[in-house]
Amino acid sequence: MVRLRLRVDPIKCKAHGMCDELIPERIRLDDWGYPIIDPRALPPDLLDFARRAARACPRGALSIHAVGEVGARAVPDDAD
Amino acid sequence: MSAIETTQRLLPDSQVPETLETHTSMFGRRPVVEPHTLLDALDAGGLRGRGGAAFPTGTKWRAVMNHVSSAGAVVIANGAEREPASDKDRTLMLLRPHLVLDGLEHAAETFGARRAIVYTSRADDDVRRSLRVAIGERRLSVDTPVFIEIATGPNRYVAGEETALIARVSGRLAKPRVVPPRPYAEGVDGVPTLVQNVETLAHAALIARRGASWFRSAGTPRTPGTVLLSVTGCVASPGVFEADATATTRDLAGRAGGLIAEPGAVLMGGYSGRWLPAGAIMDIPIDVDALRSAGASLGAGIIAILPVDACGVVETDRVLAYLASESARQCGPCHVGLPALADTFHRVATGRARQGALDTLTRWSEDVLGRGACQHPDGAARFLISGMQVFGADLRQHLRNGACRFSGQPPLLPIPETEAGWW
Repeated sequence: MVRLRLRVDPIKCKAHGMCDELIPERIRLDDWGYPIIDPRALPPDLLDFARRAARACPRGALSIHAVGEVGARAVPDDAD
Repeated sequence: MSAIETTQRLLPDSQVPETLETHTSMFGRRPVVEPHTLLDALDAGGLRGRGGAAFPTGTKWRAVMNHVSSAGAVVIANGAEREPASDKDRTLMLLRPHLVLDGLEHAAETFGARRAIVYTSRADDDVRRSLRVAIGERRLSVDTPVFIEIATGPNRYVAGEETALIARVSGRLAKPRVVPPRPYAEGVDGVPTLVQNVETLAHAALIARRGASWFRSAGTPRTPGTVLLSVTGCVASPGVFEADATATTRDLAGRAGGLIAEPGAVLMGGYSGRWLPAGAIMDIPIDVDALRSAGASLGAGIIAILPVDACGVVETDRVLAYLASESARQCGPCHVGLPALADTFHRVATGRARQGALDTLTRWSEDVLGRGACQHPDGAARFLISGMQVFGADLRQHLRNGACRFSGQPPLLPIPETEAGWW
């Protein structure tokens, strides 16, 4: 079974703050209101909350991805 | 053979740009190398990117190779060199442009690229003049596989980041974007793109001529070859030097005319690098593993030595304000977080901070890590954390008493003017 996680697009996110209360197990807000995502896989009982949080984002910045999917911070990177 | 002869591969002795004729007499004509032969040589040589991230070059080229389709590929030599204390890429492009262009042509040939571009910063007129002359000379020769373009980007810190550079070349503002897709999959105009630092390309050009074992005949097993370094701070003759990874920071200070004051701290890797106490780093070889054990990395080859009687707190304060002003203002944790960090640090440095400011700085620094589309917030936060560790005692003095008796000295680390606009 594919394990899933939450991811935020940091350019789209404008700190509306609609997500953290829906899934505090995986999202907390920093002091400026932007979400800090816990990258661990979502257990089955959190999946529905994760989907609701993603739908609640007015910017469409929050999404659900497979764990280990090639993503931000995989190398190669930057100006090498 | 003297040490100079064994470690000088990229830097010419002459201070005038090399002509194609001089270049050819020194290195021979650029050979045509089968793509897989060259990829194997890059792997076996162990060349890593010299723009800061030290990613294995062979792996990067293979990633592009695997994505090349009917759309072709684009290859870009990254000569943006946006680290203010770095001068090695400009020096190389200025004095030995043909070796960089050889590397770019090798890349173009390997991928059958339809475009090859050298990307420079707007301020570097002399570099562009040298490149233009060199490209002109090559067009008159018969064996150029691709038309080489010169592109120009804004003088902004993050404008040399590869997705920002690709945006600029594709006709958009030079701001980073979220990855994936990575440039090797979708780069300029959506085409698979190799973005490679100019020094890396020059090394690749020599590997194509002389092979992997020649490349490994200098340096250490984990950091083979030579490295270009920008050495500045309390040395008699700051400048660009070439060394292999058996050299220490103290050796490099010697190459730069010797220390002119007792060193107190070293900033290694530039403004997204780290401060280290001089005692912990001066005698460590610049080999990747040795540096990592000391908590350091070379980044784009920047070594700035701060004398013991300079104020590391004001140096850190100025750099942090610069980095905050250089945010592309796309991601909240960067464009809101970095100014908050810089402002709070400035209050500490000038004795106007609230209770708990140091704890706040530590917490915010950790909070912004990994939260931007690019790694600008990570670099700034790690730089700040290292400054708080290395100058901790001084920082607490500043917190109580404001500026110290060294704070008024002229800046050691260069702070460029922030340019308006992103195109």
